[in-house]
Amino acid sequence: MSGSTSVIQTESLTKRYPRVTALDGLTVDIGPGVTGLVGANGAGKSTLIKILLGLAPASAGSARVLGKDAAAEGRAIREQVGYMPEHDCLPPDVSATEFVVHMGRMSGLPSTAARERTADTLRHVGLYEERYRPIGGYSTGMKQRVKLAQALVHDPRLVLLDEPTNGLDPAGRDEMLGLIRRIHTDFGISVLVTSHLLGELERTSDHIVVIDGGKLLRSQATASFTEATASLAVEVTDTEAHPHGAEALRAALTGAGVSVAPGGGHVLLLDLADDSLYDTVRDAIADLGLGLVRMEQRRHRIAEVFEEARP
Amino acid sequence: MSIPAQSAPSGQPGAAGRPDARIHNIGYRRYEGARLGASYARRSLFVHSLRGSFGIGRTARSKVLPFGLFAIMAVPAVIMVAVASTTGLDELPVEYTSYALFMQPIVGLYLALAAPQMVSLDLRFKTIPLYFSRPIDRFDYVAAKCAALAAALFLFAGVPLTIAYAGGLLAKLGFVDQTTAFGRGLVATAVFAALHAVLGLLIASFTPRRGFGVAAVIGALTIPYFAVTAVQAVAEEQGSAGAVGWLGLFSPGSLLDGLQSKFLGGTSGFPEELVPSDAAGLGYLLVTAALIVGSYLLLMRRYRKAGL
Repeated sequence: MSGSTSVIQTESLTKRYPRVTALDGLTVDIGPGVTGLVGANGAGKSTLIKILLGLAPASAGSARVLGKDAAAEGRAIREQVGYMPEHDCLPPDVSATEFVVHMGRMSGLPSTAARERTADTLRHVGLYEERYRPIGGYSTGMKQRVKLAQALVHDPRLVLLDEPTNGLDPAGRDEMLGLIRRIHTDFGISVLVTSHLLGELERTSDHIVVIDGGKLLRSQATASFTEATASLAVEVTDTEAHPHGAEALRAALTGAGVSVAPGGGHVLLLDLADDSLYDTVRDAIADLGLGLVRMEQRRHRIAEVFEEARP
Repeated sequence: MSIPAQSAPSGQPGAAGRPDARIHNIGYRRYEGARLGASYARRSLFVHSLRGSFGIGRTARSKVLPFGLFAIMAVPAVIMVAVASTTGLDELPVEYTSYALFMQPIVGLYLALAAPQMVSLDLRFKTIPLYFSRPIDRFDYVAAKCAALAAALFLFAGVPLTIAYAGGLLAKLGFVDQTTAFGRGLVATAVFAALHAVLGLLIASFTPRRGFGVAAVIGALTIPYFAVTAVQAVAEEQGSAGAVGWLGLFSPGSLLDGLQSKFLGGTSGFPEELVPSDAAGLGYLLVTAALIVGSYLLLMRRYRKAGL
């Protein structure tokens, strides 16, 4: 990039449709790395992606991607950018290999290069023998990997991933998030990934941009979100020795140096500082002889960030 | 995490001597080679679509119908040549310019299969956004698809003509006559292919359901044709021969029939083998051009909203 370190830059970007304003004076500056774009449905995420790809004109303001003007240099941008849509987009009757090779050529790769890059890319996203079988028989997780592969096949400098964890089970979600992390750390490709869940992006992203109603709510490094967003909810049974199990556990944990949120009744909310907390909780419960009803990670919903951000 | 970052066991038979053999992940390789841009992508889409319209690069099952229909399309050409050479005719029984129209039911069926296959699947499986997020845009997409289907139809109807021509020459029918007629036949086939390709794609692009597309294309080709033929017959019965020529404007089949009889020296399938008047002939040219251009523009418009 010539002199600039911005991957995506928007300046008072506004998009009005006849009935709604999808983007309302959005000004953000996104650098290299993994950036999470968080917003509720209808917050303007998809509209922003459309404008960044040069596929829809902005009503006002401007957007630059990789230093190029999105309104005037759409083709040049799309040559260097990969896009993974939120919805299904794969024909069922062709194999992953054939499909990704075709998409590679559509990005301008010569046939031989498209085949080589397809083999590489499918391996990187974790598709092996099954890549020769028709896509129609794939699981949701495998389809998501094919969608990701077609966005990466031409070795772009930036990929735009629209809700890549949608429809995945928790394990598939973690794998996809790990893969997204690797796109930047191992492949050196910048990532803009959207989600309506802040919690799942905070572990993956270097930077988080929160938009709502087409307006920027927050744009900041992930670290500043983390402490506020991860907590562990624990619920235990009462026993004869401890008629108030939760209170006994609270006392035990506070004694062990864990910070427990006040109040909460039967459910204790613990600050999830690091993974050793799980062991501490397990040991404390075992020592007290209580039954563990549930222990789950609580992620703050996007709405809570909105509440914090609003005056 | 199940995504191997470092290495994976190989388990290859060749590694039997070294049971600890491993495939090492060589890491991510950057692509530094050429990026050939939109015109290359457009050409690739053309080739991909053309191959797809004959089932090449798809499953064996999807090759059966295109090649089956093509065989049926070519058989009369072979028979014509055989008949002409054994019975010593001095010309082929069916003219080159009207061969595609003579075989219209077969070409129509092929078009009804190929057009939806070419556009409905991309709409149904929402693959369009993947195309438009790449260097090509809707203009490239529509141009590549139209060119591919027109080329497919040209091959489908033109190869049997070439077989007939080659056979005609071998049977020592007059070289000059045959070559002129063959050239005109190719022109007629090209116009036939262009008109049917844009019409077929336009109709097919309005439904993501392939079955509806097939039915709609067959309907659009046959219903106006039968209506025109019937009304022409009535007009002929009532003695208004002038109307017969003008009526031919109202269906793609009769339009092309009038065109080839008026400008390419063929014989029309109209009542009494009537040839349209000069004024009507101009109408045929204009309507054909307007249909091709108009359908093409509508197709562009159709894809304006089909983006992401």
